[in-house]
Formats: sequence, C-alpha cells, structure tokens
Amino acid sequence: MRYGETGFNLEVDLSQGKSEKVETDPGLTELHLGGQGTADKILWDRVPGEVEAFSPDNLLIFSTGLLDGTPVPGANRTIVNTFSPMTNLHAHSVMGGFFGPELKYAGYDKIVIRGKAPDLVYLWIDNDKVEIRDAGHLRGKGCHETAEFVRKELKQDKVQVAAIGVAGENRVYMASIDSSCGSAARGPGPVMGDKRLKAIAVRGTKDINIARPAELFDVCMRLNKELAENPKVGDWMATDEDDSFHHDNFAWGNARTRRRGFWSKELQDRWTNLKYQHMDRQRGCYNCPKACHNVISWPGRKRFSYKCYGKDTYHMAAFQELDFSYDILGVAQEYGVDSYSTPQVIAFALELLEAGILTEKDFPGMPADIRGRFLYILERIVRREGIGDILANGVYHAARQIGKGAEAYDHNTVKKFEQLPIKLKKLNPPYFLMIATGEKMSITQIEGSFPQDPLPTREQREEFVRNWIACPDDKFKKWFLEWEKREVLPMEASCAITDWNEAMHYIDDSIGLCGFVSAFRGQFGGRTAYHVWNIPQLITLATGLDFDKDKLWKAFQRNRNLVRALNVRRGMRRKDETPPADHWAVRDHEYEQKLLDAYYRFKGWNKDGIPTKETLDALGMDYIRKEFEQRGILTS
Amino acid sequence: MKTIIKTIKTIKIDPLKCTGCRACEMACSTFHAKPQFRIVNPTRSRIRVFWDEENDVYIPILAGEYTQAECNSRYIITMNKKEYGECSFCRSSCPSRDLFKEPDSGIALKCDVCGEPMPEGGPMCVQWCASGALTYAPERTEEIELAEEEVEEGVEEL
Ligand code: SF4
Ligand code: SF4
Repeated sequence: MRYGETGFNLEVDLSQGKSEKVETDPGLTELHLGGQGTADKILWDRVPGEVEAFSPDNLLIFSTGLLDGTPVPGANRTIVNTFSPMTNLHAHSVMGGFFGPELKYAGYDKIVIRGKAPDLVYLWIDNDKVEIRDAGHLRGKGCHETAEFVRKELKQDKVQVAAIGVAGENRVYMASIDSSCGSAARGPGPVMGDKRLKAIAVRGTKDINIARPAELFDVCMRLNKELAENPKVGDWMATDEDDSFHHDNFAWGNARTRRRGFWSKELQDRWTNLKYQHMDRQRGCYNCPKACHNVISWPGRKRFSYKCYGKDTYHMAAFQELDFSYDILGVAQEYGVDSYSTPQVIAFALELLEAGILTEKDFPGMPADIRGRFLYILERIVRREGIGDILANGVYHAARQIGKGAEAYDHNTVKKFEQLPIKLKKLNPPYFLMIATGEKMSITQIEGSFPQDPLPTREQREEFVRNWIACPDDKFKKWFLEWEKREVLPMEASCAITDWNEAMHYIDDSIGLCGFVSAFRGQFGGRTAYHVWNIPQLITLATGLDFDKDKLWKAFQRNRNLVRALNVRRGMRRKDETPPADHWAVRDHEYEQKLLDAYYRFKGWNKDGIPTKETLDALGMDYIRKEFEQRGILTS
Repeated sequence: MKTIIKTIKTIKIDPLKCTGCRACEMACSTFHAKPQFRIVNPTRSRIRVFWDEENDVYIPILAGEYTQAECNSRYIITMNKKEYGECSFCRSSCPSRDLFKEPDSGIALKCDVCGEPMPEGGPMCVQWCASGALTYAPERTEEIELAEEEVEEGVEEL
C-alpha cells in the first residue's frame, strides 16, 4: 500500500483517444518526492531534447504534490510541467485552488498527456472512469465559464475543472491554465491549446492513506492554528491596504519608469474604498486557513479573484489606477492570460507605436484612450489577429519578428521570458544569481527565504535572527547579522543564500505546499510556517518514508539538477544566464562573472553551467551523465 | 404524552465568513475514519460545503438524518439573483442523491458532533475552521414531547 500518494498516474494519449492507469515506481518518491520532481524525471526519460513544444511528442504533466490531500494545511498545489514554446526550455507552473487534491482523491498522482486531439476535447475523470469528450461547444469560452458549463453538463457541482480560455486555444505564449482561484502561468497554457485540450474535469471520492495517522493529524492541527494566527504567512497584500512598496519601487509601463512618491494617504483611502465597495469576500485554497484571494464583482465583467501583485500589473503597465486593473482583470482571466507577462507585452507594443516602429496602421480601429488601447490589444493578442499574432509570442520573439530596432525595446527578458518590472540602483548579489540562473523563470518562484535587504541596525538584525526557526544553518544568521549594505555580501554567502532560496521552492513544488506559507514568505519577517526542520517529519508521517533534513536537501539537489539537465540538453548555456542590462544602474561585469563562476562551482556545475560528472554521479543520476557524454555535452 | 430530555449540541454557521477552503471536510473525514485518521476523503465527511464559485456562494452543511424516500415538496431560494432549488441546502442523506453517503458502501452519514466524549477544543470542523464561519455553541438540554407512535422510534435512536 502507498501512503500520502496514490501510486498511480493517468496516462492519456490524445492522438489515439486512449487513457490508462499506470502504477508508478515507489523508489522514485524517495529520490524525487513528487510533483515537479517526479514530473521532470518523466520529461527526462520520455521527451528527447529535440522535441519542440508544439510537437505531439511533448508531454503536458499535471502533478499533485506529495502531500496534497493529506491533513497538511496549505498542501494543495497543482504543478504543471512541459516544454514551453516561449523559451523552448522546461516550463514550470504552479496553481493553487482545489484541483490537485481532487485529482488525488480520484486515485492519481499525475495526469501525463501526450499526442494531440484531432479536434477540441475535454477530459472527464470520474475516479476510474475516464472519458475524452468533444469540446466543440466550449470553443471560445472563458476559463471559468468553461468550468461552469462542464459542471452543468456533467450534473456535478463537486467537480474541479482546469481550463484554458481563448488565449490557450490560440496558442498564445502567455496563455494560462485556470482552475478555481488558481492560475498556472509561465508556459503550459499554449501547450494545452496545441494538444486541443480545452479542459480537464475531475471528481474524486477515494481515500488517501496516511502512514502514521494520529501523529500527523496532531502536528497538522497545531500547524493549522499556527498558520491561522501567524500574520507572516499568507498574502499580506490581501488585507494590507498600503501598497507603496510596489507602486513606489517597481517600474511602470514597459518596465521603464519608477514613480517615487506616487503613493499617498489620499490614494490609499480612495483605493481601499474602491476595494471594499466591490469585494464579495476573501477566499482560500483547499485546506488552508489563510484567505489570500480577493473576490471582486465589477460592473459588466465576470466576477474574478486576484492575489498578490497580480492586482497591480495592468494598471502599472498602463499608468492608470486600481479601478483599471479591476476593469480588465475579469476580462483577462476569462481569456486566460498570465497577468505578469501580458501587461508588459501590451505596454511594449504601445512603446513601439510611440517610437514609430509600429504605426497606427498596425492597430486599425484602436481607441485613442489608454484603457481602450489596452483592451483592444489584449483582444488582438488572445485572438492572434493582425499585430496580435506577433505580440502573442511575447516580447522577445515579437521584437525580433517586428525588427526595425524593436529588439532594443526588449529590455526586460531573461531566457526569452518577461521578468518582473524592477529596476534598481545597486546590485544585490544573490538577486543577480537568482535572476541569472533561475529556471523557474520568475523571481517570485526563486526568492523567498533570506531577506531581500539588510535591516538598518544591529539590534534589529539580532532580533530578526532570534528564533529564526526556518534557518537551515547558523552561517545564514552570521551573514545576516553582518550584512549592512545591500551590495556587499561575501561570495560564499551569496551562493548559499541563492541555493537556500531556490531549495525551498523546489521542495514546495514537489510536495505541493503553497509558497505563501512556505518558500516565498520567509524573506519578510522570517517566520514562515514550513522549513527544512519540519517538512521531513511531515513527509515521514504522511508517507512512511524516512526523511530527514539531509535526505530532503539531497532530493532538492536532485530535482534542481534534473531541471538544469533538461535545459542543458535543449541547449541552454552560460550565455543565456544574463539578467537585463538595465536591471541595476550600477554594474561591474568582472565581479558579476566571478560571482557566477563561484555559484557554478558551489552547485557542482562546470564553467558553462553544466552539472559535472561528479555532481551527477553523487546524486545517483549517472543516466544523465551517460547521455551528456554520448551527446558530447560532457567529455567522458 | 411522554417527554424526553435531549442534549442539543449546536454548530453555528455564518456562510458569509466561509472562505470555501473545505478544511472542515478534510478534518471531519479523517477524524471519523476507522482506524481514526487512517485515511482522508472529503466525500466521507459529515460536513460538506455547498459550493457555487460562479455566484460566490459557499454554505457549509452538516449531515442530518437518513430519509428513506425523496421528499415530494420543493422549495426555491433566491440568492444573489440566482435560484437554488430542490436539494441544494438539504441536510438529509436521501435515496435521490449521493451526498452524505459513504462512497463505497452507500451507508448514510450523519453528523454526530464528533461523538462522546467531545474532543478537547470542540468539534473537529470547528477547530479547523479559521475563518469563524463555524462556531460551537454551548450545550443545552431540551425537553421534547413525543407523540405516542413516535416513542418507540425516538427511544431507539437515543
Ligand atoms: S496561503 Fe493563500 S494562496 Fe497559499 S494556499 Fe493558503 S489561501 Fe491559498
Ligand atoms: S473550514 Fe470554515 S471556512 Fe473552510 S470551508 Fe469549512 S466552514 Fe468554510
């Protein structure tokens, strides 16, 4: 018997119209946990490096986290992995909500999808009964609208649905997959559209077995209370009305303009009123005591919910106010587009128009006002009409397709992917490393455990490190105590901090924990609920597999190197690990390259960022080493 | 007319506070598992959240009695301009639907307010509900008059 996990994957071949329930190897759980870890092992084994994102041979994998569906509060993530048409690299995406746990209750740890359906279909998983159904009548429908249709059609209100909108159907590179209050961005949406899979509906009524039940329940009950009372976990942006942090510090438009002093008390009061006039409630994800999603009803639009910085991206890209985000979010979420990349693509297009690289002819019938323009361009993008067909490929590709100097306006991408719009003065060394070498593509999926900035006084720093339970090693305390200037950190510290930050995300994304109670939330106040000291115990109690801190860390290293290996096999090298030139005003090329050298060494990678033979062998991944030797990526 | 003294345990529900997280379902199902906590399965929970995302309606419902026949009266509730009919908020496990039944055996489920003795800290669903949507009201007793023909059944149930 398997505990915590079901021990089965659902294999779906859309070309053949077949599905099969397949037992998985329990040994892989010990090595890779679950979620992203075991999904990437499948991608390594079954998708050769030459397979393109839009090939029927590309796989689209929906994974539950190893702890999804157990009593562990906040373990509810659905992790989606594939290869992305935007980057031609590994795509990593996570969504909250209810889909992952429901899938597990249906008896599966993953859905592994291959092939391409001849026409638009949806998948209906009712425990062991799996049907591929015609979705012709759902064509053009919004993500949440599709969920409603499917629920009605199946006469099942307790069904969880993950769907793409028009953007996904049209293989827009920024397309997302949405389910309930969750949204999976950064790559898998267009692949789902390419496979002509409109939606997956799942209903599960089976048991999940727990290895050491009473102990696990006891620990989780305490954790649940702790999470509920701890203001340092969950999304503080759901309730804190002071959002000067993003508005005064992040860049507006196409990641260009900082507006210091934009925030004011008057603005805050006005926006707070606006929010409470339109907010229905705050929602949470499955089995989580926090309520991070603000549900908004906006006149004439479909009800939507937002979390975190997603409420700012559209109005900041358009130099507007919160009411504009409220107006466009309901539309954009139904179309199913990533709210981080999309506003930047639209702002980029308008910049090109201003610069004369694009002309009014490229935007026939576009309204004169900025709000109208945003909605107009969004519409063209999701339908791939006219200029929208080019913009739908994201800033990097669009700039090259448009040419005429448009490349210079692509100033905020790394590995062809739009980054958060932040432009700062001085370099923060771990941030340099995270932005350069991260393969989860957005800094929000990499940063999170070590604070972003030093605290001004020694006393404050001492207070911070006192009871810093999440801290995996005392060396981090020492570095933090001695940290005074953002740009001055020992190289060793910068490497270890980057490593710890991304470790926590790799762990979360394999066990299904939400970053807001775990990996992302340590940096603000240091009081995250989950860390390397309690996660191993939770895994052990739920699954019966003995885990401790070292074994957990090894699993992280394995999963980390697996992603690196997938991308190296697809051609990624050191040259691709370059943060935007204008990310910091003050740069020192020589120092940065030394830092990168040090980090590669720290990770056990060679000068080109490729895992060495020793690293791979030590992690038991000689199968990667052998293939690298065969391909001449490593010399034997 | 005979009377009996019944202990009434009340869970109060404030649906407007509910975040729809379904922690209550998780906790109830595993608390009532045999052996206790051995499995998790919200379908076996004696509290289920009526869930309509489209209209932002989340209403926790505690399982009541098993009824042998589907009722023949109907009602419709209108909320947020949407009509909810038939059985939406009904507490019974009933032959016409699979709510509040064990998914494998079909045996009816009923909220026992976590049985005797009450777990320290109150019923499980209440303990897991962080939003304040569920609260436990202090126990009280009620004198209940029984009509002659109901006496037998009533006593049996106690
Ligand atoms: S912390 Fe917030 S986003 Fe994370 S699982 Fe809980 S409710 Fe969802
Ligand atoms: S635990 Fe509370 S907030 Fe969550 S679904 Fe149940 S009643 Fe609603």
